Amino acid sequence: MPTLFGSGIKRREDPRLITGQATYTDDVKLPGLVYAAVLRSPYAHAKVRKVDVKAAKAAPGVLAVYTGADIKDRVVPVPCAWNVPNCDLKVPPHPLLAHEKVRYVGDGVALVVAESRAAARDALDLIEVDYEPLKAVTDPEAAAKPGAPQLHADVPNNLAFTWVVAGGNADEAFAKAEVKVALRIVQQRLLPTAMEPRAAVASYNRGTGQLTLWVTSQNPHIHRFLCSVMLKLPEHRVRVIAPEVGGGFGSKIPCYADEVLACLASMDLNRPVKWTEDRSENYQATIHGRDHVEYVEMCGDRDGTITGLKTKVYAGLGAYASTAAPGVPTILHGLMYSGAYTIPNIHGTVHGVYATATPVDAYRGAGRPEATFLVERLVDTFAREIGKDPIDVRRKNFIKKEQFPYTVATGVAYDSGDYHGTLDKALGMLDYQAFRAEQEKARKQGRYLGLGISTYTEICGIGPSAVAGAVGFGGGLYDSAVVRVYPTGMVRVYIGTSPHGQGEETTFAQIVADEFGYPVESVEIVHGDTESTPQGWGTYGSRTTAVGGIAVVLAARRVKEKAKKLVAHLLEANEADIEWKDGAFVVRGSPDKKKTFAEAALMANVAWNMPAGMEPGLEATAFFDPTNFVYPFGAHLCTVEVDAETGVVKILRYIAVDDCGPQINPMIVEGQVHGGVIQGIGEALQEIAVYDAQGQLLTGTMMDYAVPRASQMPRIETGHTVTPTPVNPLGVKGIGETGTIASAAAVVNAVVDALSPLGITHIDKPLTPARVWAAIQHAKGNGGGR
Amino acid sequence: MTRPVTLRVNGATRTAHVEPRALLAHVLRDDLDLTGTHIGCDTSQCGACTVLVDGRAVKSCTMLAVQAEGSEITTIEGLAKNGDLHALQNAFWEKHGLQCGFCTPGMIMTAVDLLAQNASPSEAEIRHAIEGNYCRCTGYQNIVAAIQSAATTLRGAAPARAAS
Repeated sequence: MPTLFGSGIKRREDPRLITGQATYTDDVKLPGLVYAAVLRSPYAHAKVRKVDVKAAKAAPGVLAVYTGADIKDRVVPVPCAWNVPNCDLKVPPHPLLAHEKVRYVGDGVALVVAESRAAARDALDLIEVDYEPLKAVTDPEAAAKPGAPQLHADVPNNLAFTWVVAGGNADEAFAKAEVKVALRIVQQRLLPTAMEPRAAVASYNRGTGQLTLWVTSQNPHIHRFLCSVMLKLPEHRVRVIAPEVGGGFGSKIPCYADEVLACLASMDLNRPVKWTEDRSENYQATIHGRDHVEYVEMCGDRDGTITGLKTKVYAGLGAYASTAAPGVPTILHGLMYSGAYTIPNIHGTVHGVYATATPVDAYRGAGRPEATFLVERLVDTFAREIGKDPIDVRRKNFIKKEQFPYTVATGVAYDSGDYHGTLDKALGMLDYQAFRAEQEKARKQGRYLGLGISTYTEICGIGPSAVAGAVGFGGGLYDSAVVRVYPTGMVRVYIGTSPHGQGEETTFAQIVADEFGYPVESVEIVHGDTESTPQGWGTYGSRTTAVGGIAVVLAARRVKEKAKKLVAHLLEANEADIEWKDGAFVVRGSPDKKKTFAEAALMANVAWNMPAGMEPGLEATAFFDPTNFVYPFGAHLCTVEVDAETGVVKILRYIAVDDCGPQINPMIVEGQVHGGVIQGIGEALQEIAVYDAQGQLLTGTMMDYAVPRASQMPRIETGHTVTPTPVNPLGVKGIGETGTIASAAAVVNAVVDALSPLGITHIDKPLTPARVWAAIQHAKGNGGGR
Repeated sequence: MTRPVTLRVNGATRTAHVEPRALLAHVLRDDLDLTGTHIGCDTSQCGACTVLVDGRAVKSCTMLAVQAEGSEITTIEGLAKNGDLHALQNAFWEKHGLQCGFCTPGMIMTAVDLLAQNASPSEAEIRHAIEGNYCRCTGYQNIVAAIQSAATTLRGAAPARAAS
């Protein structure tokens, strides 16, 4: 019978979402609900001399007001959950509400709880805070310089850590090399901008001592753990529900202070408390992404062989070490410096730096887009320096298909790949020679066309728990599933991961339905509630399918194995003679002796006739801990035309060929690629979080932060190859982040290629018309350049 | 400080007692329990809160509830008729025009207005029409495909609709 695996069926999530019947956190209403609002610092850096809340407390409808001093002894500071070892990591306390100092615009100073949203907001205006402003610094390189304003007492020079990755002998390689190229790259701060702002509804029941928290979370089990730590509540008294979640992109991984404050208020007031941020608050108080200043170098020979790569990176952390922040510019970044290539000598130094800005943490791709960007920019720069086609240089240095598994100089072992295959396919889709001819012709007419290439690989499907422990990640990285079969044969699957748009209610049901010979409608996937789902580690790092999905299939197979034993008993046959054929258990050679999975499920659940020693019921739990990460890869090509008069970049074509192994649902895979690529194009062309010298966030609303709009974005042409990973039984890898990881480099490489006749070798993203125009003017010697 | 406001919402007369400063978006969500209308920003950029007011797409955060007194309002909850999904709802489902779903109600309501004004929009016209509705998940491509598909369906099913 046809399998559902590989079929682009419509999503089962959608009916509730297209009819307005879905429940997001802010939609949750409970009897007696009250509302919280947070007063946030208007200063980037200031001493807090006094917080006067008298007037706010007396305001109509106000039930409680909290300051940092009120709560500091009642709660544990916000923990950092990724304490990367061997880098002298310094994690200063991150109070839930600032009490001595504020360290970024948006730092929480007080919390008001009132009978209505409006009353809570109104009361914020009645709180008087006496600040003593201090000097601000938001750029990570500037913050690490001697004499910079100091954020934390025990963190000299704001240096949170210095992490080194080394393999081979980079110094020797650079000393011997025929060619060396170097770039200074700024990978700008970005605002993740999940369309749903964060929210929390906390409900504490004094009678039972149970706290229930509905929260915008990508990982409810991690939220439960961190809430229990911060509130000093036993973990089994905390239930976390991530209902419908409107996008995350990493920004809903952390357990934030405001979410925990809602819990504290509910415990005090014995009433449910709702807190919802607005967008301006989101841009200040929800994590940001990227924020690197990088000095990078590549060396090699004139024949195109790359022999070495060096980096020195200033990675901005913002004011505090957010949940996963130290791991992002190190483990998820530096370990990928070899890209898709056999670079034998690598040396990278990453300085994590505190600055008076919103904390930076995982944002779609998290460290890997930055790695791909710097590697792909260097490969292009190197190719141009030696006068070779960047395609040829890539082909020459690719890890070859037959070399996998391949351990790169940074020490990680890539599982599988066929980099030539994706590149060839993408070039075929483009018609490479035809484009170069067109480009040549255009140049003669004074038009600037360019082609950008990004042949990426990435590390995802995170990951083995033993590795998590070794690299200081404060949790496991296995995942889990319970497959429960009811007497009628209908199936519910409870998963530890927590999808929020990626469609696993559909894809996981496809996997399970295939195992049982069912239509997809007979399987329901349940996620997001720690009360019903087994311990899991959430949805990020493109791990939901490659780790959580494998737990699902293993649990389903366990159930099926038991059903098979039961069927053998019921049909009085040897288990060895039972085969699975056309969606039923059949006795080999006796096609009329058979039972469907549903018939077996009924008999297991009523248990009237069980074999000796077999327990009643039909359900199984599986925990899957992978033996390695997975490494999806691909080739993205972008062609552009740059208007030299205005600096406007127009994308002509964008081709994405990706390999995530076998695709469970190609429609969903393609959707992930579209969204990821557009996010990367936004990063390449228009998105940037800007602070002024006083540390004010100038891009503080959607009026100022350039989220890509439909009218600005191109169509994406997609293609794929299939290289299964040996790491898991389905051969599947991740696809959620690849688009963002690949695309910024493709776009910037295209623009630099277009402008190379002018001698332009690099422009920092985002390539806004103003920046491109300035670079052109500078190259033409007109002054006013970058 | 509150005053009554009476609206026709999804075909029913609804009265709420609201502060004069209350936005239509908040009243729909908090007072009328129509939480399908979402709020994604505070500067009227994102379009997640788009509803139909007297047949035209309006960002319900740009309007005070009291301004909507007596208006006919359609929210995403009122779009399906007698259990049958609107062609746009079907098309968004069919073409994978949504992922997290948060922008979807506003996106669909904007598209309803577009197709009422222009029964055969080009891709560029669609992209222009929805540029006030942000989506962070889909990259817009399948949203455009969904609106094109719904336009085809609506032209086939009710050719007169475009003129109305």
